[in-house]
Amino acid sequence: MSDEYKGILVVGEIYDGKIRPVTFQLVTKARELADTLNTNLSVVLLGHNIGEMAKEPIYYGADKVYIMDDKIFEPYVAEVYSRALSKFINNLKPEIVLIPATHTGREYGPRIAAALQTGMTADCTDLVIKNGRFVQVRPAYGGNIMGEIITPNHRPQISTVRPNVFKTKEPDKNRTGEIIQVKPEFDSIKIRTLIKEIVKTTVTGAKKLDEAKIIVSGGRGVGSKEGFEKLKELADLLGGAVGASRVAVDLGWMPKSAQVGQSGITVQPDLYIACGISGTIQHIVGMKDSKVIVAINKDPNAPIFNIADYGIVGDLHEIIPMFIEEIKRIKKK
Amino acid sequence: MNILVLVKQVPDTSDVKFDERGVMIREGVQSILNVFDQFAVEEALRLKQKYGGEVSVMTLAPEQAKTAVQKCLALGADKAYHISDRAFGGSDTLATSYALSLAIKKAGNFDLIMAGNQATDGDTGHIGPQVAEWLGIPHVSYVEQVVSIDNGKALVKSILEDGYRMVEVELPALLACLPPTNFEYTNPSMSGIIKAKSKPYIWWKADDIDGDKSKFGLNGSPTRVLKMYPPPKRSRGTVFTENYQDAVKKIVEALMEKKVIE
Repeated sequence: MSDEYKGILVVGEIYDGKIRPVTFQLVTKARELADTLNTNLSVVLLGHNIGEMAKEPIYYGADKVYIMDDKIFEPYVAEVYSRALSKFINNLKPEIVLIPATHTGREYGPRIAAALQTGMTADCTDLVIKNGRFVQVRPAYGGNIMGEIITPNHRPQISTVRPNVFKTKEPDKNRTGEIIQVKPEFDSIKIRTLIKEIVKTTVTGAKKLDEAKIIVSGGRGVGSKEGFEKLKELADLLGGAVGASRVAVDLGWMPKSAQVGQSGITVQPDLYIACGISGTIQHIVGMKDSKVIVAINKDPNAPIFNIADYGIVGDLHEIIPMFIEEIKRIKKK
Repeated sequence: MNILVLVKQVPDTSDVKFDERGVMIREGVQSILNVFDQFAVEEALRLKQKYGGEVSVMTLAPEQAKTAVQKCLALGADKAYHISDRAFGGSDTLATSYALSLAIKKAGNFDLIMAGNQATDGDTGHIGPQVAEWLGIPHVSYVEQVVSIDNGKALVKSILEDGYRMVEVELPALLACLPPTNFEYTNPSMSGIIKAKSKPYIWWKADDIDGDKSKFGLNGSPTRVLKMYPPPKRSRGTVFTENYQDAVKKIVEALMEKKVIE
């Protein structure tokens, strides 16, 4: 019965007129899985006036890109996306479906699994093939435990994956693939959700936290809204973004969109520099999978030092300028 | 306005520990009402104050979860539904959302169903959207505020990674709620706790809800946990306490060697 399900499908996301980087991260990982399983890899994109963008997933390893181009998909609405995707997936019959664990993906994704009555595993931190079986690894209980989840008898097997969990490879612009237009099908076209307004709270020009490779993050120790200027200077110098602990957001020093942690954004950058952040469990859950962690804190007993690769016990107002100078010095060379 | 809030009791994740085999050490771990759910309950009660009506809460859980449900009643909810049966053991999110959707249909007509955006234990965020799918109603996730209810529609603020959306949704609808950062949770008052004891508390077994029993519990769950294990531990690295200039130099050098900065 499940034999008729073949191939891997990545659900791509278009956001602010561009394909979200997490899409390419999933395509890169899915290519590896597809090669191991000796199967094909497709991507589906929903949007309006998608145009040339459709080629991009191919550069990262997709064999086919399905395009559902219709004004109904702009702006994004969960019930429309979940209905269109459920129908599409039911027709395509892939064995594995990967969905970005963005706020939008976590909104429409679970509906698809319910509509298709199959298993879904949220926020996977790794996906592996073990003895021919698709194993989904995910944290639970605030990151205190890892679980390996399988979907033995139902197809497709659906996983969501947060941004930056997987890394992209260099795109290969000579890679070729097929682009296929699909007409969206709906069981019913009554739409009961209406987007009245979309408001961006990130500072214009600021890097998106979940897409940044380097994050300079500040907490109570930063001391003021102005104090974040120095962090921003360091972040800019490194080509990174500025994050914040919940306290810094509560105190109004940084917008909510900068909040790292359980009730904010989970990040997994190459480098996380925690400045004046003590490291509550809620914060650590949101950043502990960063490749390298640097912590600067006055308190030698701050829990953040227990997970940091490098730490300096001292005043960040003295130390951050030193980092800025040192990076500038090296850049000159 | 008839509002139903879906709630869950969870272990307090800030003191959850697991042994080397990945088995939870339950001793000394407190069970609490999932904070996302408490926010949903408080938001529902605020709506009740504004628009009138009734707030019910529902859980699908073993009997001991009554403490968490009782807290919702003490906060001001009017009525509780507690669905508890061994038949639901081992349920994943698909089976749980299916059983909840059946219980909701049996409990009556609700204008609004609310739930926490996720629970702090499983952290899947599946239940809200999946219950909505089973019921065939629209839903909005990451709802930080219900701004108004007017003319059979709710206007809500839904948080995005880089901002928010104002979304208008036709009722009945489900809202998966996320507490705003500065949200101050209410502690139930003494009189609330006393009143809660005499509020309607309805117990249902698997036989009390109509549906396909093969979709209940482990049998109705497409996913299986293969194994659980403690996450790889990050160990304490090099911590410098003096000679800051020198420390900064060494750290930057190491970061370049690791190719995390260029």
